[in-house]
Amino acid sequence: MFRNNYDNDSVTYSPTGRLFQVEYALEAIKQGSAAVGLVSKKDVVLVALKRNAEELGSYQKKLIKVDDHMGIALAGLAPDARVLSNFLRKQAMNSKMIFNRPLLTSKAVYSIADKAQENTQSYGSRPYGVGLLVAGYDESGAHLYEFQPSGSVLEYFGAAIGARSQAARTYLERNLETIRETESPEELIVHGLNALRDTLPQDVELTYRNTSVSIVGKETKYTIYDDEDVQQWLDKLDSVSNARNRDDDDDDDENADNEQQDNQQDQQQEGGDSNNNEDRMETDE
Amino acid sequence: MPDGSFAHPQQRQFNPYSENGGTILAIAGADFSVIAGDTRQSEGYSIQTRYAPKVFRLTDRAVLAVNGFAADGNVFVKKVKQRLEWYRHAHAKDMPLRAIARMIQTMLYAQRFFPYYVYNILGGIEEDGSGAVYSFDPVGSYEREACRAAGAAQSLVQPFLDNQIYFKNQQSLPGQSRPLHLPLPEVLSIVIDSFTSATERHIEVGDGLEMYVVLAKGRSIQGLESFRGVQELTPNPDGDRVFVIRRELKKD
Amino acid sequence: MDHFPTSWGRQRNDAYDAYNTYPLHQRPNPGHDAFADSVQHTQQPIVTGTSVLAIVYKDGIMMAADTLASYGSLARFKSIQRLHSVGTSTVIGASGDMSDFQYLQSILDELIISEFTEGDKHELGPEEIHEYLSRVMYGRRSKMNPLWNSLLVGGKKDGKRFLAYVDLLGTTYTASTLATGYGAYIALPLLRTAVEGRENDLTEEEARKILEESMRVLYYRDARSLDKYQIAIVNDEGVTISEPQKLVTSWGFAEGIRGYGAQTQ
Repeated sequence: MFRNNYDNDSVTYSPTGRLFQVEYALEAIKQGSAAVGLVSKKDVVLVALKRNAEELGSYQKKLIKVDDHMGIALAGLAPDARVLSNFLRKQAMNSKMIFNRPLLTSKAVYSIADKAQENTQSYGSRPYGVGLLVAGYDESGAHLYEFQPSGSVLEYFGAAIGARSQAARTYLERNLETIRETESPEELIVHGLNALRDTLPQDVELTYRNTSVSIVGKETKYTIYDDEDVQQWLDKLDSVSNARNRDDDDDDDENADNEQQDNQQDQQQEGGDSNNNEDRMETDE
Repeated sequence: MPDGSFAHPQQRQFNPYSENGGTILAIAGADFSVIAGDTRQSEGYSIQTRYAPKVFRLTDRAVLAVNGFAADGNVFVKKVKQRLEWYRHAHAKDMPLRAIARMIQTMLYAQRFFPYYVYNILGGIEEDGSGAVYSFDPVGSYEREACRAAGAAQSLVQPFLDNQIYFKNQQSLPGQSRPLHLPLPEVLSIVIDSFTSATERHIEVGDGLEMYVVLAKGRSIQGLESFRGVQELTPNPDGDRVFVIRRELKKD
Repeated sequence: MDHFPTSWGRQRNDAYDAYNTYPLHQRPNPGHDAFADSVQHTQQPIVTGTSVLAIVYKDGIMMAADTLASYGSLARFKSIQRLHSVGTSTVIGASGDMSDFQYLQSILDELIISEFTEGDKHELGPEEIHEYLSRVMYGRRSKMNPLWNSLLVGGKKDGKRFLAYVDLLGTTYTASTLATGYGAYIALPLLRTAVEGRENDLTEEEARKILEESMRVLYYRDARSLDKYQIAIVNDEGVTISEPQKLVTSWGFAEGIRGYGAQTQ
């Protein structure tokens, strides 16, 4: 079997200039269920698909509040996200204590990016295995950032992470104009759920149990809707199942540009979404 | 003796404390609580500002009044608020009143050997829906009471409250019993009278009055509606509610 | 607010002199020089500045301070700047120990630079600077190693005027007229009469006049003051600190005063 000699630690480059441990961490994000974020002029919405390890078990939390003006959605290792969100909460408190101002979204996300970057450069440490969407409303308006374990940070109008998130991104790209111009928070949430719906595996629908909704904006403190509170939003959708399942149209998954990724994707698809249980405990499913 | 002479050698040190005057008070009703304070901040004979709040809303059912050394007071309130926020993050609900009271005692006692020079009065609604007042000394001793005054004019106001709330030194008429709790309008009048009187007699009290009223969940606003300038601070009329009433006090 | 920085942060001595019957200037002396034994903490100020005045007016805030730094009763430095701009929307003015103030300036300048290098376009406004300063001042007093100053912080950001006080104990407050040192006794009543209730009407010209008049009164009455002063303005255009200017005073009346001085008859 092929053995990679350059992935024993996170500080060693491969001869082609790659850090495999960091790339594996990015893969861990894809193991997690999808989370979608989108921004209008004055609101940011985060929605996410929750998974439960087993029928009788509870669902893994996907949205975490940081402060009244900020929250995150996660995909990947949930425990890592908890550590990061705790750090963000401390940063937010500190900002209030020292300057009496809400923590800027950009400052928040760069503070965890710096932590993540450190792990890519110190021997014996493991990169965070989680991707985050950070939503915040601050003095410079509504913001959505994507955080990656590599320490990279980018700002988006719409973003999606986690399993089959490409489908959500496609939806967001196609509807960017209307999303940007949306005045009503309700409409923004519906767009978010539409995008999330497209990431659904076969035979799964959005239900109030497996869906989390949150919003923050000019007039809205960061609010999470879970369980029964989600139904009001699902009721606004034309359908809670994904278009592919509805009219058997086949998927429009991303066209990866190198072999390795293709391979992994195949594996993922072969492994099937229904019975890939070995390392589930580790992820946010 | 500070006579300016060199007769007595003196070793003097930096004093990290000051007194900033003002008075606070709180009264508990059956299903409400009133927490009030004046807004003057002074040092010695100088009025530093005519508006420096001493009463702070902590949650939808807890209000804290802080009096003594203003710098300590402001820092203390800030720390209490942050502890409450951590509690909300962890438990997804507001900390109950009696828990806030115990937390305040812990926080005060943690500074036992460099105390926050502040007198705290915590008012609000307990989990059972009853109005409550907790009063503290600077190092954390505390108890639940029906009413308490603290600060510069404590010695003027507390005896008045003892008489009006606890009916001390009053003989009831035969066949008449004393109420355990007074109704809201009566409590508010007693609060206003306490502060106008303290303003008359104490130089460190005056300028403005802020009265916070906490109503238990489900209680009507009866007794409040006739008051002018009542402002609601809570967004949700179905839960416990917090109101604030502001009044001018004499500024001399 | 006591005129003598030496007396700040000291115990009030109500037990002996509840009604301030002894003259203000007769303060108990420490009895020995500040450098007599190895001094670890600032237990008293050395080179001090006197009052700072500030008011809110129509377009922003205005602050004034003279340029003197005294060494006890010696007018040691006669052109020290006691007003300092922080960022583009804040100005601070200091009385008390000048070395502590200059240390604060360097802390704040560093802070502004480190915020700038974040590159998020956010700039600290007067409210944030004041909160930060009060954390620093309170933190130092809690270590029993205070920065011996009374500071005024003023500014205007996003159309909002702000004026506040912070001192060596970490005590803070805001008002539309503020004064430190002797100014709190002599100038503040004048400022309150002239400004309170007219904050939104006073023009820059009127505000300047009010401050100049108060500075003049202070110069007549405060022995640790100078007739050279600066005025700082923060309005929508940002911070402007004027060049030092001279107070016009007349001492002709002194001739007629009998009982002390050089008169022969």
